[in-house]
Amino acid sequence: MQAYLARRLLALIPALFFASLIVFVIVRLVPGNIIDMMLAQNDVGADKLSRDQLVGALGLDRPMWQQYFHWIGGILLHGDFGRSLWQNTPVRELLGARLPVTFQLGFMALIVALIIAIPIGIYSAIRQDTAGDYLTRSFSILMLAVPSFWMGTMVMVFPSIWWGWSPQVKFVAFTEDPLQNLKQMILPAVILGTALSAITMRLTRTMMLEVLRQDYIRTAWAKGLSENLVVVRHALRNALIPVVTLIGLQAPILIGGAVIVEQIFVIPGMGLLLLDAISQRDYPIITGVSLVIGFCVMLINLAVDLSYGLLDPKVRYR
Amino acid sequence: MTRPLLEVNNLTTRFRTERGTVAAVDGVSFQVAPGETLAIVGESGSGKSVTALSVLRLIPNPPGRIESGEILFDGVNLVKLDDPGIRAVRGNKIAMIFQEPMSSLNPALTVGLQVAEPINVHRGTPWAKAYEAATELIGRVRIADAASRLNSYPHQYSGGMRQRVMIAMALACAPRLIIADEPTTALDVTVQAQILDLLKEVTRETGSSLILITHDLGVVARYADRVAVMYGGRIVEVAPARDLYARPQHPYTLGLMASVPRLDGGGGRRLMPIEGQPPDLASLPPGCSFGPRCRSIIPQCRTERPELIQVADRHAKACFANV
Ligand SMILES: Nc1ncnc2c1ncn2[C@@H]1O[C@H](COP(=O)(O)OP(=O)(O)OP(=O)(O)O)[C@@H](O)[C@H]1O
Ligand code: SF4
Ligand SMILES: [Mg+2]
Repeated sequence: MQAYLARRLLALIPALFFASLIVFVIVRLVPGNIIDMMLAQNDVGADKLSRDQLVGALGLDRPMWQQYFHWIGGILLHGDFGRSLWQNTPVRELLGARLPVTFQLGFMALIVALIIAIPIGIYSAIRQDTAGDYLTRSFSILMLAVPSFWMGTMVMVFPSIWWGWSPQVKFVAFTEDPLQNLKQMILPAVILGTALSAITMRLTRTMMLEVLRQDYIRTAWAKGLSENLVVVRHALRNALIPVVTLIGLQAPILIGGAVIVEQIFVIPGMGLLLLDAISQRDYPIITGVSLVIGFCVMLINLAVDLSYGLLDPKVRYR
Repeated sequence: MTRPLLEVNNLTTRFRTERGTVAAVDGVSFQVAPGETLAIVGESGSGKSVTALSVLRLIPNPPGRIESGEILFDGVNLVKLDDPGIRAVRGNKIAMIFQEPMSSLNPALTVGLQVAEPINVHRGTPWAKAYEAATELIGRVRIADAASRLNSYPHQYSGGMRQRVMIAMALACAPRLIIADEPTTALDVTVQAQILDLLKEVTRETGSSLILITHDLGVVARYADRVAVMYGGRIVEVAPARDLYARPQHPYTLGLMASVPRLDGGGGRRLMPIEGQPPDLASLPPGCSFGPRCRSIIPQCRTERPELIQVADRHAKACFANV
């Protein structure tokens, strides 16, 4: 088990290396030049001199490979992700402030998704082809079809039209005022979680149906167990194994959704940071955020692989 | 004769299929006395498993349904019991052992839990105590090192060992009837006899009755007191095992006997197919369903359906001809 974990962690190194390379290069291929933007904003006459000075000051005059090694070296040696080109704040500070917010949103959304998906998926399976099953299946198709940005927008717009409700403008961190923070986060989490729940619900239903047909479920009935025991003790565990995989695969979707939802609800998380940085071509922020997101996704997938062992006794980590 | 422990009267179980509803079990009646071993034999698809599952009301619905008949267990009609009522019988008074030991145990739960579970559920015994009882049961089915086996999982066991676990599980609440549906068909020949001997031994010890479903006439001769022969969802002949071997009276039974070398010898011989196809339940011929394959067929067989009638002491058959 420990050897397995060590090997898996080692394998992260090349993956992260390639991720960093790709992120670094792609960002610089995005059309639009930060220098032009800065010059335009500062209304400086774009004469040759000030332009070169700016490029030099930002370190963008060196060849790309030098820039890359400077950047990655900083991260590896000092945990230094560079500084924002616009605000000159260290990217690490920005990450430190924003990461927990996105993490909280993602975690809450995941909980919401599981609370919706698992019980409804089970219900839908054990009451296959009843009205309730059809209703939940239609709901999940609807959720799959409706993008979360649209839902988010509707949730923002209609309550404000009907009741004059408006979202909190100032964000309160969990550490400052947990209750107030949860109040702010619950709606975005529910929207993100609901969107996420659709596929999980469908898979839970499919897997439950599959498992309920197995011989060992017939054995469980033949032992005189109640439906609750048959479903919860004998079927659910076996059905959840692929569901856990799916949750791992959904991690990037979850993060992608968080970016959008943060934008709609103006939640200062990684998503908002990333979007702002992209529109300003603030390279160090973009690369830093992307790298951290990639790292998180890899860790989530590792956690998923490890959790198989809890569900499936046949799994041995070698 | 003492009052039967199980008395099945006119049981009919139908399945809805794409080709219309079929009666997988069609007006079946039989009895099992306390302590008796009744074998049910017949070709594949003759309705043996459906009969067994019907007794515990385990027919998947849809597509199946017990349509009529009564199943009297200890005088109580199981067909009429409500949900908690039938649950209190399953695994408690009547236990079942299935054909596929590889897939009939839950892969995600320990063997100990699975054996202890019926005791916990039916008697309300706390888990710690139930596990103690499970250790004892696992020892009784001769799995070595029972205590340390409790925490192992089914995938660590061979097929024969798993079937022993199934037997331990069936014995958990000291049932009065055990239904074993082809318990050894999936096992190696050498293991088959061990498992059947074990079953015979534990039922003798506890005085419980046994319904033994099998393909294997060798098994019948060795382990059963009485035999019911099924064909196309009906019982066509029923008799004490000796009588059936000495004087088979139904053409189908005769065919089965002819296709198997004479009894006594060890198990392992399966029924050889008799000439012709097993009946298609969705389009049975009018009259006797064995007609198309029968050598003794007479005109009456084509129009009338033979009922099961007494032909000798404790010996009944469903056939018009004298063979
Ligand atoms: N789940 C089901 N759905 C539809 N039809 C079924 C189902 N189970 C059984 N049947 C029908 O009942 C018939 C009898 O099946 P059954 O399983 O009782 O046969 P069997 O005598 O146990 O055969 P085998 O020796 O192969 O186990 C089948 O031929 C099939 O037509
Ligand atoms: S009733 Fe007729 S067809 Fe059926 S088994 Fe007897 S002789 Fe053959
Ligand atoms: Mg069968």
